Amino acid sequence: MTAKTANVGIVIVSHSPLVARGIADMVRQMVGDCVPLAWSGGNVHGELGTDAGGILKAIEAAWSDAGVAVFVDLGGAETNSEMAIEMLGLPRSGLVSICNAPLVEGAVIAAAEASGGASLARVVATAEELSP
Amino acid sequence: MLVAGLIEVCRATIAENTDHLCALDRAIGDGDHGTNMRRGCEAVSAEGESLSSLPFPDAVEKIGLTLVMNVGGAAGPLYGTLLMEIGRELRKSEETADFPQVLKQAIDAVARRGRAHAGDKTLLDVLYPVHAALAKRSPLGDIARKAERSADRTAAMKAMRGRAAYLGDRSIGHVDPGASSCALLTTAICRYLGEHRPQ
Repeated sequence: MTAKTANVGIVIVSHSPLVARGIADMVRQMVGDCVPLAWSGGNVHGELGTDAGGILKAIEAAWSDAGVAVFVDLGGAETNSEMAIEMLGLPRSGLVSICNAPLVEGAVIAAAEASGGASLARVVATAEELSP
Repeated sequence: MLVAGLIEVCRATIAENTDHLCALDRAIGDGDHGTNMRRGCEAVSAEGESLSSLPFPDAVEKIGLTLVMNVGGAAGPLYGTLLMEIGRELRKSEETADFPQVLKQAIDAVARRGRAHAGDKTLLDVLYPVHAALAKRSPLGDIARKAERSADRTAAMKAMRGRAAYLGDRSIGHVDPGASSCALLTTAICRYLGEHRPQ
């Protein structure tokens, strides 16, 4: 899971495991294996919800020294992602950004950008251009 | 003993009110606040023995982390941040701890975590009044009543954060589930302290 790549990693966080996995599939179809990618969906029991521990594992799985961009659906996904990033600790927590972007389009566009070797700041900015 | 007792009364009050909290959350959110809180409290209870053997600040911080890892909704990071901050601040200040001041710092950390303010219809609308009552050295019974009245008052507020905010004005008229669980926990803790640590 720890792909040795210089490309920014992508993490998808949704309250629904089906949504998270489905978007990860769409990203994979777009960029193949050249972008580290992981998802976390549902609570600790796999029901609708979010799971800080699961998000932490997903960030570890998609880790890249170039950084990781995290895409979240609703409130709890964002709050739990922030918690997971804090749990990573410095200096790695400084290399993870939560994107204020639509989940599906944001993740796909960010992955396309990341696959070209763009920096984390560039990947995040490209995805966030989608938000009004 | 204090830690074990507090864990049990919190678990019990959430277990008794799980359906009520879910019903409040169904009205303006996703309906899982009661089950999420119950899951968190049960996870804390399961660790009760090892938690009781820790120094008080460490136990409080660990309870916070357990809530973060098990509650599942936004309530996990919010209650988790509250307790982790209380634990850290108590450890830093050791015997000189001024608890109202410690609580205030922890509540401010919750506000930052949720990017919410007083009046946004969240658990902060119970936490700030509880802090104010504690800082005035109000009796425990008064603090509990203040918590309950403050939770009731969230009915008149329009939700600005969380899923309830999507409802806009339609969130008015419903008590906030997070404020309600916060009042229930405050009441349970005050009652326990009143019975076991007479002032």
